[in-house]
Parts: sequence; C-alpha cells; structure tokens
Amino acid sequence: MPTRTNAATAALCAAVLVAAVTGCSSGFDKAKDGPAQDDKGAQNLKVLIATSGNAETAAVEKAAKAWEKKSGNTVEVQIAKDINQQLGQAFAGNRPPDAFYVNSDQFANYAKGGSLYAYGDQVPDAEAFSAELRQSFTYDGKLVCLPKDSSTLGLAVNTDLWKKAGLTEADYPENWEELEKAADKLTKGDVTGLVTSNEYQRLGAFMKQAGGWVTDKKQTKITADSPQNAKALAFVKKMLRSGSMKYANQVDAGWAGEAFGKGKAAMTIEGNWLAGAMKQDFPDVKYDIAELPAGPKGRATLAFSNCWGVAANSTHRKAAVDLVRFLTSQKEQLTAADATGLMPSRTSALKTYAQKHPESAAWVAGSAYAQGPVTVAGSNKVLAQFNTDLASLATRDPKALLASLQRNGENKVGKGN
Amino acid sequence: MTADVIERPPKRRAPRSPEPGTRNLRRGEGLWGWLFVSPMVTVLGLFLLLPILMAAWVSLLDWDGQSNPFTADARFVGLDNYRNLLTEDGLDRTLFATSLRNNLYYVLLTVPLQTALALTLAIVVNQRLLRGRGLLRTTFFFPSVTSSIAVSTVFLFLFQGSGAINRMLSWIGVQGPNWFADSRGVLRVLLSGLGLVDSVAPGAAAPGEGFMGLAWSEWLAGPSVAMSTLIVLAVWTTSGTFMLIFLAALQDIPRELEEAAALDGVNRRQMLFHVILPALRPVLFLVLTLGLISTWQVFDQVYVMGQGEPGNTTLTPAFLSYTSGFEDADYGQGAAIAFILLAIVLVLTAFQRWALRERGPRTEVRRAGR
Repeated sequence: MPTRTNAATAALCAAVLVAAVTGCSSGFDKAKDGPAQDDKGAQNLKVLIATSGNAETAAVEKAAKAWEKKSGNTVEVQIAKDINQQLGQAFAGNRPPDAFYVNSDQFANYAKGGSLYAYGDQVPDAEAFSAELRQSFTYDGKLVCLPKDSSTLGLAVNTDLWKKAGLTEADYPENWEELEKAADKLTKGDVTGLVTSNEYQRLGAFMKQAGGWVTDKKQTKITADSPQNAKALAFVKKMLRSGSMKYANQVDAGWAGEAFGKGKAAMTIEGNWLAGAMKQDFPDVKYDIAELPAGPKGRATLAFSNCWGVAANSTHRKAAVDLVRFLTSQKEQLTAADATGLMPSRTSALKTYAQKHPESAAWVAGSAYAQGPVTVAGSNKVLAQFNTDLASLATRDPKALLASLQRNGENKVGKGN
Repeated sequence: MTADVIERPPKRRAPRSPEPGTRNLRRGEGLWGWLFVSPMVTVLGLFLLLPILMAAWVSLLDWDGQSNPFTADARFVGLDNYRNLLTEDGLDRTLFATSLRNNLYYVLLTVPLQTALALTLAIVVNQRLLRGRGLLRTTFFFPSVTSSIAVSTVFLFLFQGSGAINRMLSWIGVQGPNWFADSRGVLRVLLSGLGLVDSVAPGAAAPGEGFMGLAWSEWLAGPSVAMSTLIVLAVWTTSGTFMLIFLAALQDIPRELEEAAALDGVNRRQMLFHVILPALRPVLFLVLTLGLISTWQVFDQVYVMGQGEPGNTTLTPAFLSYTSGFEDADYGQGAAIAFILLAIVLVLTAFQRWALRERGPRTEVRRAGR
C-alpha cells in the first residue's frame, strides 16, 4: 500500500543512490589538454589488440617486450574478443587502454568523439607511411593515428583449376573483358569462375576501376550516384546473372577464401589475409595472386588497415606514442609482416617486404594505386545497408541501389552524425 | 517484473485495525521492515532501477558514448531519437521497421508453436502409464540446458546449403533452399506459385508508400527462410523449459478433479478442454508471457547466426539497439529502441492479461459471494 511516507522514503533512497553513483563515477576530463600526465619513472601501459591469431599475438607481445627493455616501462597486452564493443565500453566508462587497434570503420566515430589523441605531428617520419592510408586516418585535417599495417585486394587464382580449363599464366585477366571471359571458361559443374562477397569492400574495387567511388578524395562529399559507379555495378550484375560470378554465401561458404580453398571458386578477390588462411586451412591448394584487372579508368584496388590509437584520456600519452612509434618502425613492421602476412604500412618497408615475399608481389603492386577505406563518422550503417542491397544486385537496378546509398549517405553526413 | 504481472487476483485484505493504540507499534514495524529490505532495495535500485533511469535519460541525448552523459558534453535532443525511429523518413526508420517486421513474425510463430509443443510434451510425459517417462523428460528438457550459442552453431551446420537438413530433404526429392542465404519471405515463396514476382531484399519504400518507410509488400512478405530457421531453433530450445512448467502444473491438478470428471463420463477431449486447460490457465499465462518477453528480446541467436543477414531479414530490435550503440556510436538511438521495445512488451502483456482473465460463472459466483 503506497502511502505518502513510503513514497517519500523511496524518493530519498533514489536520491541517495543517484548521489552515490555520480559521486563514484570518475569525472570525464574533456579539457583541451586532457588529463594530467604521468611522466615520472616507470609507467605501466595497457594495450588492447584484436588479434587475427596466435602469430599476431606473439608478434605484438614480443615487440612490446623489446620496447619494455628499451624504455624501462611495462606493457600489458590484452586481447579483445570484440574490440568495437570493448572500446566503446571503455570510452563510456572513461577507462580506455592507453594504446589500441582502431578499426577503420570506427575511426571517425572515435575521432569525432574526442577519444583519440592526435599524435601525427609528433611523428617526424610520418611521410614514410602510405599516403592513402594516412588520408584515411586523418580527421579534421590532422593525422590522428598511424596505420598499423596495410593490405590490398588482389585476384587469387587457383592454378590447378586454371590449367584444367585450358588457360595459361598469360591469360591472367588484364581488363574486365578478359576477366569475364576467363570466369566463363572456368565455370563448370561445382566450380564458379569468380566468387567474392557482397560488400563494397570488394565490389568497390570495380567502382574505383571505373573511375568512381563512394566519396570524393577528401571524404567530404558522397559521390555514390555517379555514372562511373553505375557502370561498375552494371558489369558486376552482368557477371552475377551469367553465373560466372557468385557471392560466397551462394556457394555455401562463410567467406570467399573458404570457397576458394575448397575449390568451389577458381578465382576470388581477397587481400593479404588470404595467404595466412590458406596456409592454415588449405595448405595443399596451389594458387597465384595476380593484380586486379584494369577497368575503363585503369587499374585500381582497395587498401585496408587498422591504426594504432592512443587514448586522449590516457595519463601516459607520451610513452604510448613512443610505444606506437616503436611498433610501427621499419624493423618491427617487417617482423610483424612475416608473422601475420599483412604488409607494412611504410612505403620503404614495402620494398623490402616485396623482395622477401615474391608471391605477394601483386598485393604490393596494388598499394601504389589503392583506395583507402571510407572513414566518415556515421557512415557504418549506411554502408552496411549498401552491402545488404548489393546482396540482391543480380535482381535490382544498380542505379537505384546507388541512389539509395547517395540519399542515406547525404542524410548522415549532412546531419554531421 | 514478471512476478507482479503473473500475480493472481489479490485476496481481500483483512480489515485494518482501527484501534489507535496499535498504530505506533505498526509504525515501528514499518521502519524495521524498511531496514530489513534495504539491502535488496539497494541492490535492485543500483543495478536495475538506476540503470533504467539512466538509459531513459540517454535515449533523449545525442550521445556517442565518449563523454559523460550527465554533463553538457552530450547534446540533449528531446524526442529526436524516437522521432527518427518512428516518424522521420530515412534509413533509421526503415531499418527499425524492418526489425519490427522480422520480430513480429518471429513472435507470432514462435510463441504459439512453443507453447503448444510444450503443452503436448508435458501431457505426454505426464501419463502414468507411459514407460520410460524419466528418459523422455530428460530428452525433451535437454535442449533447454544447452547453451544457446552452442545450439546456434550446430544449427548453422545443419542448415547449410549442403548440410544435413538439405540432404535429408533430397531423399524425398525436395531441393532445400540455402537456408541462411535466403532472404525471401516464406509467404512470398508460397504465393510465388500463384504468379507473384520473386522477392527482393527490403529496401526503402518510395515516399508515401507503405508504412514506416517499408513497402507493404515487405511487411506482408512473412518471415524469411533464414528467419524460419531461427524460429525452429527457438521452438526447439525453449519448449523443454516450458514443458517442465506445464508438467509441474499438471501434477498439481487434484486427482479427484479428473476422477470426478471421469465419473461424469467426459471423453478425453472434453477432459482436456474443460478440466485440464482451465486448471492450467495461470500457468498458461505465465508461459505465454515469458515466451512473449523472451521472443521480443531475441539477441544471441541473431548475433551468432545472421547478424541481420541475409537482406536484413534476421535483424531484430534488440540486435539493432546493440549495433546502434557499439557499431554506430549512437547510444541515444540504441536506448530509444530499447524503450520502444519495452513499451511493446508491456502493451502486449497487458493485452494478454486481459485476454486470459478469468471469465464466466466462477467470477460471477465470487462476486455474488461478496
């Protein structure tokens, strides 16, 4: 029976609770210079990474140990299960790790929220990193974080299936027509000529080859509904309809690499991570990596990377930047590349990498003309919807898809959301 | 929360004692009462009430999760988040409408199916003459104690294009679909024989057409083939739990009641509909309510099996709320989705309570007795 006394008691309880919680929660320090820095003595840094496997974890831990020795600080490397969620929670709780991987799709959200410490100006040799990736990790005209590594898309070719179809190395497609012809020839029985996924992160390469892209160079405008993009998607649609190209889920594979390894696909479009996956899951499959065929506007591919973020709220920013600079040094990048198969993000290290790994030559070549990922705040949802739409590209009008991408994109970007 | 929803109609309270002498005594009791429950009140308040209030506040903000939501850093936008989801034309509303559509079909199919299956199983294993009852009960209950993540993963393999289910279908000459890649609505698949066009993935409707940014044809397409497998999974895993609840209630029905009915010469059908089911009414309400709440909040199966794929047809409001927060850094919208979901569950539960209220002679008798 709720009486006035009870209501008053309840209100009192609630007030006490609110006071207790707000009292306990740490203050967010959004001051311009961030929290007071701890520069004295040995510092303990927390590093959060989303690892691709044991090899990468071991490589990062080893490099961190080397830095510990050199700097006298200590580093605690934590492995994230779901880094977007964990970082989101850490920022909301105001207890972020000092340094961490930032997914390119989350970069703009974090940078806009002021969670990333823009340390680009403290890296004297920033110019040595791939210009395209630097552009992707620039926010508000400032280079915010350094690309951890790089990978580009190449055309993987199953050499056995290739020979069986009566093709030779000279037939590696140089342009769209040849790609279509080769895919037609290779499609037989259970084998599909080209298998990829219904993502702009793959099909976007065709858009770029046709001279289009989702945004303009500075990522300030959405340029989805261009005739170039429509041309690219029309080409993809044609191949999808002919059956010589399929999406991975249509051939019952979790991703295109699986279809490729299982011999369901004679060609696929994937990045450097394919090498590691093939070595682990399908070591007996022989394959070559060729450059992606050129479109009407020449060669193009897509580049991917994560960056090493430093938390704006860290009390060890100087040490964290130093750690990141160490981890992205030429030597460490090359060691990491050997362990993970991902390419260095330093242009100079890339040359050494190419000499050491001639089988990855096509991927290395791609970084000269690659397009970096879209890093516009709030664009995730829009691009996810575009990917969903691309799944039904075979039955839909490419122009309508692009128009809806344009509308949704302008909505989000316009809102500054 | 469910506890007071399923509370039986309150008995009449004993009349308060009017003597002034006892009042002070009562007052002291009240104070002690508060003292004794204060640990629980504190825990509930801290971990339930307060977070709900904070989430309600967040749903009114444009908050990116990277500042203190209780300072001016997070912009107060009033009902904008709700407006974006419900009235304003755009991607947010289309996605939300799609998720509502998906979940509505999920609830409409899952809740009746799991309740009916659970009741049937309970009646079967309640038969005293059945041999191996213990074994059967364990078997039926087993899916419920298995982790939903593990079950989802097994289902992923079973329903692959070349998985066990399709192989079994091929024995009887049916070519099964590629379950998790098939975004066609099952209603549309069934109707396509009548000359309807093949389905396309849900996209934005032309302005002024459809409802909440989703074309009518999309609303009416039914659950997708992929969603249907989620429904099968939910029915299979939850019916065991509900069977147990029904079983407990069945064993609570006085034996004399059934014997008396048997003496009156009812057949089995009449026994079920006029004796057993009425006796199960409160439990039926419990099972339906629990089912309704859990199906509207379906998340883990979606997270493991589809993440909204294919064609957004396994997108649910709970999952959309999660992605709004953690993928799109739009926690305000995520919280708003959660509150709309809460409103839906409350309204539907109230409706259910009204629909399952006690009617007929028994109520009359009680009224007359007052």
